[in-house]
Amino acid sequence: MGRISQWFDRRGFAAMLIGLPYLWLLALFLLPFLIVVAMSLATKTPTAPPFSFGGDHPWVNGQAYVRVLTDGLYLRAFLTSVGNAGVAMMLCLLLGYPMALGLTRVSKSWRNILLMLVILPFWTSFLLRVYAWMGLMGKNSWFNGLLTDGWNLLVPMDWAVKSIPMMNSNFAVVLVMVYTYLPFMILPLYASLERLDPVLDEAAMDLGSRPWQVFRDVTLPQSVPGIIAGGMLVFIPAAGELVIPSLVGDASSPMIGRLISDEFSSARDWPMASAVAVVLLVLMVGPTMLYSHYQARAEGTK
Amino acid sequence: MNRRPVFLITVLCFGFAFFYIPILSMIVYSFNASRLATVWGGFSTKWYVSLFSNKQVIAALLLSLKIAVVSATFATILGTMAGIVLARFTRFRGRLLFSGLVTAPLVMPEVITGISSLIFFIMMADWIGWPGARGFTTITLAHITFSMVFVTTIIQARMVQSDRAIEEAAMDLGSRPWQVMLDVTLPTIFPAILSGWLLAFTISLDDVVITSFTTGPGSTTLPLLIWSKVKLGVTPDINALATLMVLVVGLGVVPAGVLMMRSEKRRLADSRLAYRTND
Repeated sequence: MGRISQWFDRRGFAAMLIGLPYLWLLALFLLPFLIVVAMSLATKTPTAPPFSFGGDHPWVNGQAYVRVLTDGLYLRAFLTSVGNAGVAMMLCLLLGYPMALGLTRVSKSWRNILLMLVILPFWTSFLLRVYAWMGLMGKNSWFNGLLTDGWNLLVPMDWAVKSIPMMNSNFAVVLVMVYTYLPFMILPLYASLERLDPVLDEAAMDLGSRPWQVFRDVTLPQSVPGIIAGGMLVFIPAAGELVIPSLVGDASSPMIGRLISDEFSSARDWPMASAVAVVLLVLMVGPTMLYSHYQARAEGTK
Repeated sequence: MNRRPVFLITVLCFGFAFFYIPILSMIVYSFNASRLATVWGGFSTKWYVSLFSNKQVIAALLLSLKIAVVSATFATILGTMAGIVLARFTRFRGRLLFSGLVTAPLVMPEVITGISSLIFFIMMADWIGWPGARGFTTITLAHITFSMVFVTTIIQARMVQSDRAIEEAAMDLGSRPWQVMLDVTLPTIFPAILSGWLLAFTISLDDVVITSFTTGPGSTTLPLLIWSKVKLGVTPDINALATLMVLVVGLGVVPAGVLMMRSEKRRLADSRLAYRTND
């Protein structure tokens, strides 16, 4: 008994602490992912489950990858995803940067309240935040009516419209992405801006810089890690988004997440869905490395 | 020198209007008497009544809560272990793969996690006959897996801040490793464990994509039910449901967050005081 407890203290306890989460992630995360990689090299069959190895193709079948790279459908989907996510990221930056900077300028007590208000939408359902915009963008909504009136007032009579067609477009997708992912941009930016020393601003002012020069030469360069970390934090999930394009997106130019889901569920082409998924992941490696490189710097842990 | 940053304050106001107007609009329209969800037809609470008498909604809510409680609890246990390991064991065989495994689910697109979990469950059923039917078990397993890594990041960040010397002191005084864990480590990181559980709970409660892949016939969670209804368009009863969920978050999470922030602040102040008296 004594020996067992001695062993447990020296090796067993640590082994258990490491082993349990390790095994869990190996079995339920890595193994499923490896199955997907293998699946992307299989051949589609009309059986259940709808794939096989071998047959006409000796073991592996690169057909799915050939199609991803040559079929315009997949290429367009990748471009749509990267485009939508990229535009959403830029808009998040344009709106999020002044917001984060503003947060560092308000008084301490206000700051905590406002930060809470930035984080609060995180805790409400993602699906319902998308849904809220469906209500606003629809043809008969007050918001659409307001925009339509504004439009009709500004443009010549010939261009007048009954309502602005906002739903089911890339515009709607980008708008909702900005809405749901904006906190991801604000928080890392705020973290990196908050650490800046106001003395530097004052020094630049004393040396004769105008406020916008102080911003350009002092504040902006120091917040680059925060910009990149926040940008990637928006870009990565936005590029693989499924919920937003399914609800408010244009079905004729699907984003990649929707394509993967459709290939899998409707077309029942598992190898194809797997191949598209693998390609998407490979494309995300770059942004992910960028993120992990700058995230630590933005939070000032390094 | 501090001039009022008018531009920044204006953008802040615009930003918060952007955040909250859609939600407020949804709340207002949940009291709409009209069947047309976007046209105002007078005040009514009938959608709330119809919501509470909807057995489907209640069943979906109960299933969601059950899955969220079970998966958050397991995710917290596993995630806390992983966080402690990453913060305290700097060298062991396979550490690189381990930290990779903990980071990857954070950036993996949900569609891919969902599909790979589903294929995995189907293959397992094919090879070893388990899990037989998809539903509560498969959803919970998938939720544990992708929410535990969020717990890990919280715990790891907290552990890095905490003072290792106290654990070493307990060791030197003859505590055994598991006693140190129970008496020293876990109590000091308890607030982080609590917020980890809360985060895992809300992640699970909120998830649509991974749940939609790992569910089976008859297992409809609340987000899945909303998802299937919302696909068909905007309806007033979903407005009512959304309002209730926002209310629950407002009444539940905000005070919890404030309490946690306060206790964290007090803890910081206490430790600062302790150091000062030692000087």
